[in-house]
Amino acid sequence: MNGRITRLYRGLALAFVALILMTTYWQVWAAPSLEARQDNPRLVYKELSIKRGRIISADGVTLATNTARRANGRTIYFRRYPRGGDTAAIVGYSSVQASRAGVERSRNDYLTGANTDLAGGVQRLLDTVQGETVQGNDVILSLNLKAQRIAMRELRATGHRGAVVAVEPSTGRILVMASIPTYDPNDVDTHFGAVLARPGAPLLNRVTQGLYPPGSTFKIVTASAALESGKFTPDSEFKGGTCVKTQGPRLCNASGEVAPDPSTLADSLVHSYNTTFAQVGQKLGQDALIEQMQKFGFFSPIPIDYPRDQMATSGIYTRPGKLAQPDGRVDVARVAIGQAGLLATPLQMALVTASIANRGVMMEPRVTDKILSPSGRTIQTFGNQEMGRPVSPQTAATLSEIMQRVVDEGTGTAAQIGDLPVAGKTGTAQTGRKDSAGRPLSDAWFVAFAPVSAPKVAIAVVVEDSTGFGGTVAAPVARDVLDELL
Amino acid sequence: MIDRLQTPRNRELVNLLVVALLVVTGFGAVFIARENAVSTTSLTYAAFFIGLYLIAHVVLRIALPRADPYLLPLAALLAAIGEVEIYRINPDLARDQGVWIIVGLIVFTVIVFAFRDIRKLEALKYTCGAAAVILLAATMVLGTEVNGARLWIRIGGYQIQPGEFAKVLLVVFIAGYLRENREVLERPSRRVLGVGIPAMRHLMPLLAMWGMALLLLVAVNDFGSSLLYFSILIAMLYIATGRMLYVLGGIAAFVLGALAAVQVAPHVQDRIDVWLNPWATPRTTGYQIVQSLYSIADGGIFGTGFGRGFVMVGKQTVIPDAQTDFIFSVIATETGLAGAAGLLLVYLAFVYRGMKIASMADDGFTKLLAAGLSFAIGFQAFVIVAGVTKLLPLTGITLPFVSYGGSSIVANFGLLALLLCVSERVNREGAGA
Repeated sequence: MNGRITRLYRGLALAFVALILMTTYWQVWAAPSLEARQDNPRLVYKELSIKRGRIISADGVTLATNTARRANGRTIYFRRYPRGGDTAAIVGYSSVQASRAGVERSRNDYLTGANTDLAGGVQRLLDTVQGETVQGNDVILSLNLKAQRIAMRELRATGHRGAVVAVEPSTGRILVMASIPTYDPNDVDTHFGAVLARPGAPLLNRVTQGLYPPGSTFKIVTASAALESGKFTPDSEFKGGTCVKTQGPRLCNASGEVAPDPSTLADSLVHSYNTTFAQVGQKLGQDALIEQMQKFGFFSPIPIDYPRDQMATSGIYTRPGKLAQPDGRVDVARVAIGQAGLLATPLQMALVTASIANRGVMMEPRVTDKILSPSGRTIQTFGNQEMGRPVSPQTAATLSEIMQRVVDEGTGTAAQIGDLPVAGKTGTAQTGRKDSAGRPLSDAWFVAFAPVSAPKVAIAVVVEDSTGFGGTVAAPVARDVLDELL
Repeated sequence: MIDRLQTPRNRELVNLLVVALLVVTGFGAVFIARENAVSTTSLTYAAFFIGLYLIAHVVLRIALPRADPYLLPLAALLAAIGEVEIYRINPDLARDQGVWIIVGLIVFTVIVFAFRDIRKLEALKYTCGAAAVILLAATMVLGTEVNGARLWIRIGGYQIQPGEFAKVLLVVFIAGYLRENREVLERPSRRVLGVGIPAMRHLMPLLAMWGMALLLLVAVNDFGSSLLYFSILIAMLYIATGRMLYVLGGIAAFVLGALAAVQVAPHVQDRIDVWLNPWATPRTTGYQIVQSLYSIADGGIFGTGFGRGFVMVGKQTVIPDAQTDFIFSVIATETGLAGAAGLLLVYLAFVYRGMKIASMADDGFTKLLAAGLSFAIGFQAFVIVAGVTKLLPLTGITLPFVSYGGSSIVANFGLLALLLCVSERVNREGAGA
C-alpha cells in the first residue's frame, strides 16, 4: 500500500503546485489589469490615501481641505468644504460615491499631484516608494470669496433660483460664480441620494449649464452686428410704434410701450424697444446676425478650466437639447431680441459684456490662477488667453457709451452705484410660464460692467421665473456685487 | 548526549518556539498598523496562544511521547496565521476564535488520552459511520440556510456545522470498513465482462456514500463538502485496493451525478456560469469571487503587510465572509505570493508528515486512517483555495485550522489528535518497544 500512499501524496502535491501557479498568475501576471479595472474598489481607496491639495480663493480663504482618518493601517483623507454651499458651484466636490465635479474635477491632476512637473513627479515617486502619503498641490482660484458670498446672499434674497457670474474683462478671470439653489458638498459622500432629490437641481451650475432666453440683453449682440456691418450708426433711424410685422406673429414692445417715430438705434437700446431691433434683425439678415453670434462664442463650447460635461453651449435651439445648425432658417426678428429658441448661459452673456468692456477683445475665461506646491512654492501660473475679437474697438466704445446711458437714464437705473459710471443692459425674457396668480413669469437679466472708462468687472445676473423686470429684480443684485468688487 | 536530547517532544518544543516568534511578530504587525504602537494587549494575545500550545505540548509529553514532532507546530502555525488575520478583521471574532481554539485543544486532549491505543477506535467504526450519517441527515433536515447553502444547525445561541465533524467520522468509518473488506474489493470472485465486480453487499456502503454525496450536492447545495467526501472515499479506496477501476468509476460517477444535478437544480449551473465568467455579474453573483481576485492581485509578491491591506471598508469586510471562506484571499493580500505560497507549503508539509505516518503504519486500519485524515486536510485546503483563486467553482468550505469557525477548529484539532495517536503507535513499534 505504501507505493499508493506515495502516489496519492504526489497527486496532492501536484494539485498544490497548481494552486501556487494560479495564485502566481493572479498576483504577478494578471495583477496590473485587475488593478486598473473600474469596478475595483482599490482605485477609490488609492485616491483616498492621497492627501489632495487645498482649493483656496483669490483672497486666501480655504474652500476645500481634508480630514484624516485611519483605515486598514493607513491614513486616508476625506474632503471637507468649510464654505459649504456658498462655493459649491465653482469648487464642486470629490467623493467616493459620486466621483468629482467642478474644480475638484477639472484640476484633479494638480490636486492629486499627478501633474507632469518633473520635480513634483520625482517627489511623488519617492513618497510612494517610501510609503509616505502622497500630497497634492494647492489650487488658487480667481474667485473673490467676499463678492461670492454677497452674490449668494442677494440671489437667495430674491426668493428665486438664479445665477451670478462676474469676470475680469482684461484677463477672463472669474471673480464670482454663484448658482441658486446650491447644495452642501460635504453631504455628497453621505447623503448623495438626498442631494439629488432636492428640488431645483442644485447640482446644476446655472452659470455654466443654465440655458436661458437672454431676452433684451441679447440686443448688445444685435447692435454689435449692426454697427460692425457698417450699414448702421447709433443715429440710424427706425420706424416707431407699438408693434411691427415679422414673418411670424406681430412683435410688440414690452408692456405695450410706444416707441417714438423715428427712433435711433442708440435710443432704442437705452429704452430696449423690441420694434427697432426686430427691424435691425430683418434688415441685417440672419447670416450677419449669426456670424456675429459665432464671433462672440455662441454655437461652440466655451474654453475654460472647468469640467466640459458641466458646460452648456449657447445658441439657437430647435428643441430642448438640440442646438440648431447655424445655417438653418430662423425667425430673425425674434432672435434679434433674444427670443425664438435662442438660449444663452449667464457665462456666455458675461463674456459678451466683458468683450465690450475690454475694447472688443474677448478673453478666455478661467477659474484658477495658479498652482502651489505643498511647501507653498508656485508651480504654475495660468496666463491670460485671447479668445477672439468679436467687435472693433470703435464698436465697443460706442456700445459702452450707450450702455452707460441704460444705467444713467434707461431701464437699468437700479444698478447705479453713487457717482461710479456703470454700463449695463437689462433683459426680461418671457418663459411662457405663469405663477399661481396667473401672472406671466420671466427670466430677469442684467448684464453690466464698471467702471466704464477702465472696466474692472463685467457681470451677468439671471433671476428665474420672476414677475418683475430685469431692471428691478436682477439689476440690484448686480449693483451689490459690483459695489463689493470695485 | 546530543542524541538523547533529540527526542520527538524536544524537537516539537523547538518548532513551537519558532511558531511563537511568528505569532508575536504577526500580532505586533497588526497592532502597529491599527494603533501605530505595540500595546501590551497584542503581546497578551501572543502569550495566550503560546501558552495554549505549550499546554498541548505537555499533554503530548505525557500521553504520546514518541508522536510526530511537526504536526502540532504546523497546525499551531496555521491556527496562528488564521487568528492574526481574524483579529485584523475584527477583534471580537478573534476572541470567539480564541475560545474555539481552547475548546479544540480540550477535545484534542480528550482524544489523545482516550485513543492512546488507536486500535480501540477500530471497534467504533460503525458507530462513527452512523454518527456521520445522522449528522449529515440532521443538517439536511434541520439546517438553516446561510448564503444559499444549508450547512448549519442552530443550537441555542450557537451555529454548528456538522459536516466538519462528519468528515472525521467518515474517514474513521471508511478506514475500518475497507480494512475488513479490502480483499473482497481488491480481488472480487465475480467477474462481469472480464472485469471484477465485488458482490453487492460489499459495494452497498460505498454506493450509499456516493448517493449521500450527491444528495448533499443537489439538496443542500453543498458542492464543497460533496466533493470532499467523494474524494476522500475514492482516495481511500485507491490506497486500500490499488484498483484504478474504483478511481475512474468514482470520478465518472461523480461527474455524471453532477451533470444530473445541473439538470435538476439550476443553482449548480449558475455556480458554474459564475466560475467561468464572474465579470459578467460583478455586482451580484460574481461579487465575492471578483473581490477575492482583486484582493489576491493586490498582494503582489510580498503583500501589503499584516493589517495594511485593503480588507475593510468601515466595519465591513470588502469580500463578504472574508474570515471564513475567503481567509486565503485576505492572507494573500497582506502577505503576497510569498505568504500565500508559504501557507500552501505548510499544508503540504502537514500532509507529508501524515502520509509518512501512514506509510510507516503496520496495520491496515491505522494506515488507511492516517492517509485518509491527511488527505482530508490537504484536499479540503485545495478545494477552498482552488475556489477563491478561480481554479475550480467556488464552494463554501473552510480552510482547515485557519478559517474562523468553531466546528471547523474543533473537528480539525480532533483530527490532529487522531493522527498523533497513530504516529505514537507507529514510532513505538518502530523503536522496537
